[in-house]
Amino acid sequence: MINGPKRYSCKIPILVLLVAMLACKSEKPKDESIKVTEDELMADTAATKSLQSVKQIFYSLPSPLETALILKRSGAVYDEEILNPVENISHYNTSKAMALNLGIYSTDLSYASLFDQTQATVKLMTASKKMAEGLGILNAIDNSVIQRLEENVNNRDVIMETISETLLNTNSILEEDERVALGSIILVGGWVEGLYIATSLVDDLNKVDNELVDRIADQKLSLGTVLNLLNQNIDNKDVKEVYDDMVDLKSIYDQVQISASEVDVIPDKQSKVTTLRSKNVITVNPEVFKKLKTKVRELRNKYTA
Amino acid sequence: MKPFVYILLFLGMLTFIPQSGNAQCKNFAKKVCKLELAPYVHDGNFNAAILTEGEDAELFKTFYAGQEYRIAVCGSESLSNVEFIIMDVDRRVLYTNAKDNYKLTWDFKVEATQQLIILVKVPSGNNDEAELSSGCVAIMFGLKTN
Repeated sequence: MINGPKRYSCKIPILVLLVAMLACKSEKPKDESIKVTEDELMADTAATKSLQSVKQIFYSLPSPLETALILKRSGAVYDEEILNPVENISHYNTSKAMALNLGIYSTDLSYASLFDQTQATVKLMTASKKMAEGLGILNAIDNSVIQRLEENVNNRDVIMETISETLLNTNSILEEDERVALGSIILVGGWVEGLYIATSLVDDLNKVDNELVDRIADQKLSLGTVLNLLNQNIDNKDVKEVYDDMVDLKSIYDQVQISASEVDVIPDKQSKVTTLRSKNVITVNPEVFKKLKTKVRELRNKYTA
Repeated sequence: MKPFVYILLFLGMLTFIPQSGNAQCKNFAKKVCKLELAPYVHDGNFNAAILTEGEDAELFKTFYAGQEYRIAVCGSESLSNVEFIIMDVDRRVLYTNAKDNYKLTWDFKVEATQQLIILVKVPSGNNDEAELSSGCVAIMFGLKTN
């Protein structure tokens, strides 16, 4: 997502130019030349240079598709019981509820698709479509998408490509319509759902080699991005409410310790895939994990109620 | 009457400028930059904006252990040689495409989950400073799925 206030930095000089054009047309004869002193010229050059250093900031959260891949790679199993039932769609009547649940259903459908649960995938895509329509994102998921899923039930590549396309459509349409606040709520809804699925699948924290627990702890890093992303639209009431929820979650994540070593860059000439080698030491005590799991469930229940 | 027409024209242009820019970026990301990700699957996120020569942008993202990624950074035709630099959280440079013939993509994996910063720089052209070019820059991520 793009930093709201700085997104159209190039609009400012255009605006200034337009104002200048209007002023010239209304107040000056056509043939009058403008005299510029050397000092004014230097001031203009300095202004141009300062415009050139304008920096735009993007905060990128793991998408529903990435979240589902990470879950699967970490040894998660498929459990349909923990998904948000599609029957709940009639409960969501506000923009905030629809945005959160569009994110939630998007993560659920990505998770179901990776475990080849095609019927659930189609049902969850239909639920996502309804949420998108409710939000006025009419072209993000059309009937051809559902049809493509139904026709490719045994082709996971096509299903994943289709999900990726609908996510891109949703995000880009919201960006185009300048509804980035809503877009950030959708992304956070999807992120919370990933966390909910992961924490729901961990019962025994004492199992030492639990990769899923490491990935849950890793979300401490993404939570920082969540807060920065929401903070860009904090003047929006719905965003502020979700932000406050995330601040509560942060108070628990602050008790999770992650220490990271320095990164070594290891290029591989054959595969052309570079490895960034480093090691994290993660410390989560069972009490903190229990509090985290409870908090995530509480937030998710609030969003899907 | 004339000032009224100018005001209408002015307001109309203000309304049109951001939307046309966004639509241009959306199409560029979907129809041009996304193709660079194959055979990786695009993650579905949209990170694109209109940048002007001399401007830069930063993207913050957490990358997860065990997942292989492809990053694609593409600039539209009006911008040449867009540079991208991958840095760790201490802003130590891990990769720059400037030393790789301004390649549009970079494939990598992380052994431990970590946040990285992607700094994108649009170089100043040789044009007169009064005529800075602008164009769409898209930053897209592909995921290896098997």
